Amino acid sequence: MLFDKFQAMADFQAELAERDVTPFGAVTQEILSATEGMVQGRKVILAGTNNYLGLSYDPRCVKAAQDAAARWGTGTTGSRLANGSFAEHQALESEIADFYGVDHAIVFSTGYAATMGMCSTLAGPGDVILMDADSHASIYSGVKLSGADVIRFKHSDPEDLAKRMRRLGDRAGQALIIAEGIYSMLGDVAPLQDIAAVKREYGGYLLLDEAHSMGALGASGRGAAQAAGIEADVDFTVGTFSKSLGAIGGFCVSRHTELEAIRFCISAYIFTASSSPSVIASTREALRIIRQEPELRDKLWDNANRLYHGLQSLGLPVGPTASPVVAVEMEDRSRTIDCWKALMEAGVYVNLVIPPASPSTNFLLRNSVSAAHSSEQIDTIIAAYADLQHAGLINPTQAA
Amino acid sequence: MTDYQEYLNFLYSALESQNKKNLVLSEDTALVADIGLSSLEVMEFIEKIEDHFDISIPLNILPDVNTIGDLARKVRELNL
Repeated sequence: MLFDKFQAMADFQAELAERDVTPFGAVTQEILSATEGMVQGRKVILAGTNNYLGLSYDPRCVKAAQDAAARWGTGTTGSRLANGSFAEHQALESEIADFYGVDHAIVFSTGYAATMGMCSTLAGPGDVILMDADSHASIYSGVKLSGADVIRFKHSDPEDLAKRMRRLGDRAGQALIIAEGIYSMLGDVAPLQDIAAVKREYGGYLLLDEAHSMGALGASGRGAAQAAGIEADVDFTVGTFSKSLGAIGGFCVSRHTELEAIRFCISAYIFTASSSPSVIASTREALRIIRQEPELRDKLWDNANRLYHGLQSLGLPVGPTASPVVAVEMEDRSRTIDCWKALMEAGVYVNLVIPPASPSTNFLLRNSVSAAHSSEQIDTIIAAYADLQHAGLINPTQAA
Repeated sequence: MTDYQEYLNFLYSALESQNKKNLVLSEDTALVADIGLSSLEVMEFIEKIEDHFDISIPLNILPDVNTIGDLARKVRELNL
C-alpha cells in the first residue's frame, strides 16, 4: 500500500499525542523577544531557535523589512530568472560577496535550496563527491540528485577522507569535497585545517556549509573557515540567512567566475520564487550589524560557554567543546521525551532530536544559544536540567 | 582477481556479528528485510567491506542492493 511506509510515523505521532507532548511543530502563539515566547500556551525561554545573534527581533532589522514591504510590496511573485530579481536581491549579493572577500554570490530563497541546489548541480554523472557522513539533510538530498558517485567519509575524519581520496586515483583532482563548519546537531566544529591539507595534497574542490558557523566564528564572523585560516582553500561557501541573520534564505559565494554560469543551471534557484523584498532588506541590515558589532559574537560565546560548562558540571554529556549548539545525548527515547516535556513545563523550549536526524542512534535535547540570552536565562536553563536530575529523569548514567 | 564466491564468503563472515537472528546466510538473504540491518548498521557493514578491499563504495549504488549476492557483485565490479 502506498501509505504503509508512513505507519511507523503515524504510530509515533499517536504516542506523542497520548503523552500530551508536542515536540515537533510546537506552535508559537506569540514572540515576546528574541529569547522569549508563548509556545503551546506557555511562556518559555527560547533555547532551540538557532537565533545565534538575536537579530530576528532587532528593531533595525524589523524596520528595514517594514520599509521594504512598503516600497516593494509583499512578494516578487516570480523566479530570479524571470521577474524576481529586484535591486534588493542584487544589492544583497554584492554585500554578501564583499563580506566574504570574493567576487561572486548567489542568493537563494532558503538555506536548504542553497545547499541542496549547489550540491546537486556542481557535480554530475561521472563526477565524484566526498561528503562528511554527518552532513545535513540538504546535502544528502543534493548529492542524491546530482547523479555523481557519492562517497561518505567518516565524520570529521581527515585521515578517512585522505584514504578515500587516495583510492580515487586520478579522479581525486576533480572530486568535490563537502564539509560543514559547525555541525548542527552536536555543535562540533570540523577539523578544517586538516581537511584543507588533504585537499592540498590530493586536489579537488571544497564546498563548505557555514550555516551554523556564519556570524558565530571567525574574526569578522565569516565562519569556521575564517577561524581556521583556510578560506583560500574553500572553493564554494554556502550558508543561510535564517540563523545568525534572523531571516530566511540562503547563499553561495565563490571566487570562481564560473559561479555566474552555474547560477543558470540550478533548479532550486530557477524554479522557485525569489525571496520577499522585506526578507532581503532585513537580511541586508543584519549583515551590516554583524559587520559593525563584533561584540555580538563575544556575547554569544560568553553564553555558549556558560551553558556548556553549566551542563557539563552537572555531569551531562554535552559534546567535545563549547559551541553555540549544546546538545545533551540520551540513549532512551521515552526518557528523552519525558525530559523535553519537563523542560517545557519548567519554561524552557529546546529541540528534541530523534534518529535519523541525530548523527547516531542516540536522542538529543538540543539547545541553541543566542547572544540575546541574558546570563540569568542561561542559568535558568541550567537549573531546569538540574531539576531533571533531581526528578530522576536524567543523570550521567542514563544519558549517552 | 577474487571470484564471486570469495566475495560472498567475506560478506558472510563480516555479517556474523550483525546476524542477530542467526539466519543461515545465502546470496539471496536480504540485508534489511531478512537480517534486519538498520541504516546505521548497513553503513558500518559497508565500511568493513571498504577497508577490507581498500575501495570506496558509492552511496548511489546502494538502492540496487537488496541481497548479499547483489552486494557481492557490486563489490566485485568496484574491485576489478
